[in-house]
Amino acid sequence: MSRSDSAAAQVREYREEPRSYYGQPVVKEPVWSWEIPWYFFTGGLGGASAGLAYLAERTGNEPLARRAWLIALAGVTVSPALLISDLGVPRRFSNMLRMVKITSPMSIGSWILVISGTTTVISAVHATTGLLPRLARLAKPAAALAGLPLSTYTAALISQTAVPIWHEARRELPLVFASGAAASAGAAATALTPTRHAGPARRLAVLGALGELAAVQLMEKRLGGLADPYHREGVERYTRAARVLTALGAVAIAGPARRDRRAAVAGGALVLAGAVCERWSVFKAGALSARDPAYTVGPQRERIRTRRGRGASRRGTPDAASRPL
Amino acid sequence: MSEPLEINVWPGSYGAAAKPRMGFFTDTSICIGCKACEVACKEWNQIPASPQQGFTGHSYDNTVDLGADTWRHVAFIEQRKPVGLDSAGGSLVDAAALHQLIDETGLGTYQEGDGLRWLMASDVCKHCTNAACLEVCPTGALFRTEFDTVVVQEDVCNGCGYCVPACPFGVLDQREEDGRVWKCTLCYDRLKDDKEPACAQACPTNSIQFGELTDLRERADRRLNKLTEAGAEHAQLYLAGDEDGIGGAGAFFLLLDEPEVYGLPPDPVDTTDDLGSIWGAAGIAAAALAGGLLAAFARGRP
Ligand code: SF4
Ligand code: SF4
Repeated sequence: MSRSDSAAAQVREYREEPRSYYGQPVVKEPVWSWEIPWYFFTGGLGGASAGLAYLAERTGNEPLARRAWLIALAGVTVSPALLISDLGVPRRFSNMLRMVKITSPMSIGSWILVISGTTTVISAVHATTGLLPRLARLAKPAAALAGLPLSTYTAALISQTAVPIWHEARRELPLVFASGAAASAGAAATALTPTRHAGPARRLAVLGALGELAAVQLMEKRLGGLADPYHREGVERYTRAARVLTALGAVAIAGPARRDRRAAVAGGALVLAGAVCERWSVFKAGALSARDPAYTVGPQRERIRTRRGRGASRRGTPDAASRPL
Repeated sequence: MSEPLEINVWPGSYGAAAKPRMGFFTDTSICIGCKACEVACKEWNQIPASPQQGFTGHSYDNTVDLGADTWRHVAFIEQRKPVGLDSAGGSLVDAAALHQLIDETGLGTYQEGDGLRWLMASDVCKHCTNAACLEVCPTGALFRTEFDTVVVQEDVCNGCGYCVPACPFGVLDQREEDGRVWKCTLCYDRLKDDKEPACAQACPTNSIQFGELTDLRERADRRLNKLTEAGAEHAQLYLAGDEDGIGGAGAFFLLLDEPEVYGLPPDPVDTTDDLGSIWGAAGIAAAALAGGLLAAFARGRP
């Protein structure tokens, strides 16, 4: 039995003899609202598009480069807007930059977003107007590089929480997000670029889509029974939609989109929609796993039973000498 | 990464200004469920009404859990389970001695004739040695005080909400009216004036004891051994050592049943322990993305 399978057994056992406080959650589910799963998407789209734009430019594919820079620009301008509007006290957003803190992926991520945002804006301005040539020479490779962690740090962020199925999937979640980012960037550029110039974008979209489907599979396999929240009511439809849309989109992009612009637009839209659904599926499943005490207590009991965790309790050692006999 | 990160090791930057570590020992075996702690905490800290307050149908509980507006929460558990007496040995003398011990320890208080027992416990922020909330806070609003407690600076918090799912005990929550997060401060203001926290002062049975952590731990050990002897077979100290997943807590508990029965996690961890694998995986994925991008251009076709 794999580790997660036995944790799953523990969840089942827990359900048979529920030991909880009136079924109340042990950990709190995130208070984040709709902005956050959308940000996971726009951050990945913007980040990977910068890389696509840079490489297109380096290989002399100007039409693709220009469009990809604009997509990257859209991604990195919408992203901070989403983040700030989700804050409890939006006007205090600059407090994020009071410190650099390696234990807080949100702190590191804020800095990545600042760097990626600034460099992408400069790059996009240059790509469309020719202004700022000297700045752009530095900004473009920097934007392409900063876009890589921008696409994956959000997975680190949610893994660094007590939400059971996020923390337990800490090794696979970044792959899900990275491949989703590649798929999104490729898909958006495929849809907006004349087919003649869109070759690399199509390949990126298909590679990303295949990677995303594989990474999700890998994640569920590692989670074993703890992957169950991905298929519970209210989450399943996102999980399923993500797979179907991504697969259909990839087929369209790999096939007819090579010649037919309408197929390219349709395929691109499908893959993009799939990537959005995938982020929502991760977000919703995490919240569900936090709400249900079985997913918190079951695996923890299993850790104690298999001595991978010490537990937090200590029993007494009655001292016979003190007995009043 | 299993070593605790050096940067947050107390007394850290306090140096000579550091005070002894202060904390709570909550001995749930003598809690009578009066909620004086909840009320005293609200009064002193001027906390608004808890959103869920009202009749819950969960025994006598009406605040449900810890949150932005509930910094002490008294849990009520009703169980049909006789304590102690069954485990008396054969002789009448043994049984009599055990009866006496049960009376002395106060364990018999909640025993009804039909074997119903109530477990009551006042929960609070644990003021963890390795506090996940503090590690993830991007603004530094959460900080460690000179008493080694964990406090939110309300003038810094921007309501990013990261600490809420990070706490392994579900202590923190966002207050809707102002968007910030709030939790127990272990009455930081009172501590600075050498006063004990409001809840500990209000507790009529001394179920909530406040003091230097080292003293409290010794006291708790003695109490646990006594209760174990009196037949409380599930009696246990929770978060009383340095060996658990959060490196021990400033607020620890004596429980009469397993932690999960009280809504507490049996093996809480500070996920910062896994920071290496978390960042490692994000780095590998970023490299894979770079590989994918390069591969998309590899065939050199325009
Ligand atoms: S119990 Fe939660 S809120 Fe309190 S110090 Fe520990 S991690 Fe922070
Ligand atoms: S909500 Fe406030 S206290 Fe919590 S992590 Fe964010 S800034 Fe820090």
